[in-house]
Amino acid sequence: MEKKKKVLLGNEAVVQGALAAGVDYVSGYPGCPSAEIGEDFGKRAEEKGVYAEWAVNEKVGLESAIGASFSGLKSLVNMKSFGINVCSDSLFPLAYTGTRAPMVIFVGDDPSCHSSAQSEQDSRGYAYLSKIPVLDPASPQECYDFTKLGYKLSEKFNVPVILRSTTRVAHQRAPVSFDIREKNEFEKGKFLKNPNQFCTMPPRVLEMKTELLAKLEKIKAYTEKSKLNKISGNKNSKIGIIASGVSYFYAKEALEVMGLDLPILKLGFFYPLPEKLIANFIKGKKKILVAEEMDAYLEKEIASIAKNTNYTVQIHGKDLLSETGELDTSKLVLALSKVMGKRPASVAKNQTLNFPIAKIPKRYPRLCDGCPYWNIFPTIKKAIGPDLENTIFGGDIGCNMIAGLPPHNIQDYLFSMGASMGISHGVSKSTNQKVVSIIGDGTFFHAGIPGMVNAVYNKSNPLIIVLDNRITAMTGHQQNPGMGKTLMGGDVEMVKIEEVAKACGVKHIKVLDPQNMKEFEDAIKEFLQKDEVSVIVCRLVCALLKRRLKNNSNLRKFYGNL
Amino acid sequence: METFNLILTGVGGQGIITLVSILDEACLIQGYDVKSSELHGLSQRGGSVITHIRFGKKVYSPMVSSSQADLIISTELLETLRDASFASSKTIFLINKHSVGFTGYLPEPEIMGALSKVAKNNLHIVNASEICKKELDKDVLAGVYLLGYAVYKNLIPLRPESVLRAFEIVIPEKYREINIKAFNLAQNI
Repeated sequence: MEKKKKVLLGNEAVVQGALAAGVDYVSGYPGCPSAEIGEDFGKRAEEKGVYAEWAVNEKVGLESAIGASFSGLKSLVNMKSFGINVCSDSLFPLAYTGTRAPMVIFVGDDPSCHSSAQSEQDSRGYAYLSKIPVLDPASPQECYDFTKLGYKLSEKFNVPVILRSTTRVAHQRAPVSFDIREKNEFEKGKFLKNPNQFCTMPPRVLEMKTELLAKLEKIKAYTEKSKLNKISGNKNSKIGIIASGVSYFYAKEALEVMGLDLPILKLGFFYPLPEKLIANFIKGKKKILVAEEMDAYLEKEIASIAKNTNYTVQIHGKDLLSETGELDTSKLVLALSKVMGKRPASVAKNQTLNFPIAKIPKRYPRLCDGCPYWNIFPTIKKAIGPDLENTIFGGDIGCNMIAGLPPHNIQDYLFSMGASMGISHGVSKSTNQKVVSIIGDGTFFHAGIPGMVNAVYNKSNPLIIVLDNRITAMTGHQQNPGMGKTLMGGDVEMVKIEEVAKACGVKHIKVLDPQNMKEFEDAIKEFLQKDEVSVIVCRLVCALLKRRLKNNSNLRKFYGNL
Repeated sequence: METFNLILTGVGGQGIITLVSILDEACLIQGYDVKSSELHGLSQRGGSVITHIRFGKKVYSPMVSSSQADLIISTELLETLRDASFASSKTIFLINKHSVGFTGYLPEPEIMGALSKVAKNNLHIVNASEICKKELDKDVLAGVYLLGYAVYKNLIPLRPESVLRAFEIVIPEKYREINIKAFNLAQNI
């Protein structure tokens, strides 16, 4: 294979790693910080002989890859942090059945919630629930190397491998050396019947658990020798650092700033942990600083290892480094100063500037110029009129969640993908208040439909407004079932939201162009009087996409008339 | 060379991520180790965008530490103020005199006053958007103009040739010419 060195985004390096490992089949759902992986495959899948798709949600995406794996194809699944919650129902049995052809599951966490509603989730915890190996890269080069190694590991032990990244790794750019996969043809696999391995029926399921635990013992032995875990610095020092992910770089930098030479154990494996390696590292040490973002998983594991090997060692971590928000070099300098008993002031070289302005006004994310929602939100308010205070607004994930920010301020709850459907039903059943639930097209297909069926079946009466801007916009314009195009550019029949609603038993449905404000206003007024579920589909293409279509003839040719 | 710390900031839609890619490639071309950090998604939707670029002999963290910025390039006036924690009295500011307003935006004289009081002799305020609009009819090239300004005025240890070669890697061919023009506009100032 031809070798190349280029500046790559962490996520682009994952794509190169998967290509170099010979991936055949890619599925997933776009989110931040993971969407570039699927998008990148969309551009090069055909040329490289790979099949790539956007699934309707992460659970289906994982299941799609399980089908590929059982059919002998190497697969990659990509999703953001919350995606692993959605797919967990199938993730756990997958650990039991194991994979036939290797599978890597990419999960992008977002410490500090730069682009995440919902929660500041540390997805590493799924390692304990699922018993699936988790790798934790720190740089684009490691994204490439760990992805390749993930496939090797998966192949060797027939387990899926989770590659867990974070925003500062996924959206870090740095030079990466990589092999370029030659052009080849997509070859279909063959499903070999093996119900004993692929069906998790009891009592077989308990045998499978025992088999998984036995596999894990072997993987533990492998972890102990893996090059992914490495020690650098002065091994004789009585103080040491154990770090994982991007925190490793902050620790390295902090040592450089402070002029210290302390040993660092960098853990590329999060699960299973190389317990013997850790035990050897902490042997003879007086103090250990554990540098990890968010939850204290490593710290607790290390404390438990220390009990049996060096019970006098002081273990520091979340006492000095916050569990909320990202870490950085300054935070590590401060924590290390405390561990060393030094005054932190001595390490800050320069005085930080202070502008004589008490409060810099916050710039909220806003709707793009020309966005159809600029008309939609005021029209909803106008239609409701004096009853606005007593009307409850359900919000959902996507561009439409900007409804909750000034100047719009119509959002009374925001949870997870599709959650407004279920919560709005609950509010509608529990009160006499009017409920308006706002959801986008992508989110509707992802997880909105079951909630809508439930509202019809259990007889509540929210007004569901689906903002169909013809594309999954917030994450950067990915294709979805409502628009007639697949990730690889194939033409398909559009799944029409109004037809789905009708099939689910919704009786009051209107499809309209929200530029016709009068029609929209009248529809809202009429439907708010209904004692059954009603649906308005506002269909108008995303303004950014519209501009791009205008300026780009190739894109026009690709999408046709949206 | 000690690691050079650059903060590149502005508002979503101003082409900042492309500038980061250009800078990264230029650094690699010039033989530096380089790391950068950026954000995508919700934070990009018309919100504040802050990116970090660090290059030198060996770079560990992709993020600039508090008070360590050598240079702050900002494509929007108000956004510059958010970077105070990365700046020290040694930091050079290169700012596009251009506002992307919103309700509650500070009066321009107040922003200018704060900047000139604090950054004093290290302040370069240029009408990059206006110049690019006038000369090239594309104010979105303001960032590329600022990059040209930084390179030609030696505010950043990168050679023009390195950046121009980076254009060939990062910018699609049909936009390359106009980017080169924007970059070179600052050559003779």
